[in-house]
Amino acid sequence: MLRKLVSLVILLSLFVAASVQVTAQEPVQVRVMADLVDDQITVFEEIIAAFEAENPDVDVLLDVVPYETIQQALPLQLETGVGPDIIKSTDIPGLSPYYLDMRPYVADPAYWDANFGPTITMANPDGGDRLSALYSDLTVTGPFINRTLFEQAGVAVPSDSSDHVTWEEWEAAAVAVRDATGVEFAMGLDRSGHRLMGPAISVGATYLDEEGYPNLAADEGFRAFVEMFVGFHTNGVMPIDIWAGGDGARNGRDEFINGNLVFYYSGNWQIGSFAANIGDGFDWEAVPNPCGAQTCTGMPGGAVFAAIGATQHPEEVSRFMDYLASEPVYRQWAERTLLAPQHIALAEAGLNWNTELPQALKSLDVFAREASNISPIAMALFTSPNIGPVYNATRDRISQIIVGELSFEEGMERIQSDIDTGLAAAASS
Amino acid sequence: MTLTAERGPGRQASTAAALTRPLGVLLSLPYRLLMNALGLIFEPLQRLVGIKGMPYLFVIPNLALFIIFAIIPILLNLVYAFTGGTSLFPANRPFIGLQNFSVLLSCDNFLDPNSCLVDLFWRGVMNTGVYVIVEVSSLILLALFTALVLNRNIRARGFFRGVYFYPTLLSSVVVALLWKWVLQRNGLINGALEGVGMPTINFLFEADWARLATIIVGLWASLGFYTLIILAGLQAIPALLYEAAVIDGASRRQQFQYITLPLLRPTLYIVFILSFVGAVQVFEHAMVLTDGGPGTATSYIMHFVYNAAFAGIAGGRNVGLATAATLLVAVVLVAFTLVQRWISRNASDDYST
Repeated sequence: MLRKLVSLVILLSLFVAASVQVTAQEPVQVRVMADLVDDQITVFEEIIAAFEAENPDVDVLLDVVPYETIQQALPLQLETGVGPDIIKSTDIPGLSPYYLDMRPYVADPAYWDANFGPTITMANPDGGDRLSALYSDLTVTGPFINRTLFEQAGVAVPSDSSDHVTWEEWEAAAVAVRDATGVEFAMGLDRSGHRLMGPAISVGATYLDEEGYPNLAADEGFRAFVEMFVGFHTNGVMPIDIWAGGDGARNGRDEFINGNLVFYYSGNWQIGSFAANIGDGFDWEAVPNPCGAQTCTGMPGGAVFAAIGATQHPEEVSRFMDYLASEPVYRQWAERTLLAPQHIALAEAGLNWNTELPQALKSLDVFAREASNISPIAMALFTSPNIGPVYNATRDRISQIIVGELSFEEGMERIQSDIDTGLAAAASS
Repeated sequence: MTLTAERGPGRQASTAAALTRPLGVLLSLPYRLLMNALGLIFEPLQRLVGIKGMPYLFVIPNLALFIIFAIIPILLNLVYAFTGGTSLFPANRPFIGLQNFSVLLSCDNFLDPNSCLVDLFWRGVMNTGVYVIVEVSSLILLALFTALVLNRNIRARGFFRGVYFYPTLLSSVVVALLWKWVLQRNGLINGALEGVGMPTINFLFEADWARLATIIVGLWASLGFYTLIILAGLQAIPALLYEAAVIDGASRRQQFQYITLPLLRPTLYIVFILSFVGAVQVFEHAMVLTDGGPGTATSYIMHFVYNAAFAGIAGGRNVGLATAATLLVAVVLVAFTLVQRWISRNASDDYST
């Protein structure tokens, strides 16, 4: 009797469970993985909430992760096909094999073609026309200064009186400010191969030879820049903490925010962060890129929101991407995060930045001018299919030169061999 | 009388039994339900495999976990090590034989990482070699000394045992973060140095200091564990031997040399093997503390493996190279352990004869 009762209970449980599964209509989940910071998280969450209100059948889940996760863990997830549905990444062509072609799903492909043309080109290194990504922000590298420290030190800001300030002039001014004010660091530059490129091109580097191959060992301009850059560390102008501190990307952002760094070379994506974290705590501002023997350029870059092909819900993913790409939403995203848009109609119409902070507005103006002054060498490098291995090779080997593990020549040889190995591996895969 | 006797206490007992029986039935109901439910599953299985097959059936869950989390990863490791390409799917990776191993072992001079094709691996090997020698020797000496002290009848012995063992309970990442606050440029030590007017030291960004920092933090984190093992070994030595030695007039040094050390040898052997393997695998606390820097001063073998597999070295991720490196390390560890075991066994035989 008892046995029959148990059997009945089990059968009933199974039946109820199955019924619940059949009848429940859960919203489709779309998972977004992004390395958002500060106000970007709030803005993106509000965009998601507005989208979900209009689309109750879709539940967008936002995973905010560190940049390293995007760089290191995400490619493995994508390879195994269990990753998120949408990602934010700076490796635009590198992850392109995993992208979804949203062309059959978006409401108006012509709108995408008209406004995101350069993104489509970048996301299709094989020359295709897949609609997969939209820029979350278009970036250009450049420096910031702590003007308050200059004033306290009684040192004139070099760019106030000249449009053509050299690296050496900035070095002299920053060191004078550091010594007069007692702050710890004069100059800092993010530990990133990308961040080196603008300054190196300014000094005379070309990176690519006539065939478009990165031949850095023979690039006299690059060698000259590396010598100067290593010198900044050995003579104490730049803190060893950023460039000698182990693996991966590092930045001097916190030191600048803490008022401990006079001159900080990073890029326009820091404006929102500085507005949020410094505000008007001291006078900070962007200044034009320092000049070398060749030019005075920053390096373009940026990150995209890209749809992933392994998604189980291409229609819903494309619907959310379409929503993000729509002019009012994209405008909201750019204006509130202070990130430069890569939306042609919006860029032409202009934006009303969502800040009244003079430091931020001035910096946005400076970077707008810098974006229009990018060297053709930098643009060619940015769109080169051979650029991938250059980033890590230059970053890691220059660090070794700085700490003395490699001589200058050994470092140059290793940079070249790393690039050759990386490009050979990419070609064979 | 008999009737009364039966009716008196006997009636009370049967009333109590009548009352408790339903309670017992009620309380045992979940158990009976569970047993019956299990019976529904296991009785048909027993009919299927027979009573002798049942033990094997019970082992299957553990065996399955072992296969999934140990055997399959080891086999995959082998597959990756002997194949190339960037794909993670073994079927998409071409067989390249020993190429990953020959790339790793390609050196003009094994003592000069700059002369090696994959210099970062050999920097990891060299750094790990130094780390292992300093860490293991310091660990054994300090753990032995600490255990000897804690084995004596000192005041607040239990408290001190707890203090030494406490860091073992912390995650290595937490330990590293704690020490980072102590050692960083604006950390506790430099704050103290500044406070007394002394020059500060950039502990985590000067190569020698950074190496020392990873060793000290490793020691701090694991000392308690090994002390505990040695303490257990010390307490297993019969007190009778020391009493006899005292009667024979043996000094403390002689007691230590002729009783403690020989009888502690098996324990010390275990401590040595465990600490050696642990030191070769050094990764987490060094990763958090220095991230392999400055430069590659604290980049150990596992750091290379991690970077090769996940972060990318020499132009990209290379799982094949990473797994080949782990196999080389495994071979060295197994060989070393066997040699050590052989030496230890011979020494024990010498002692017993």
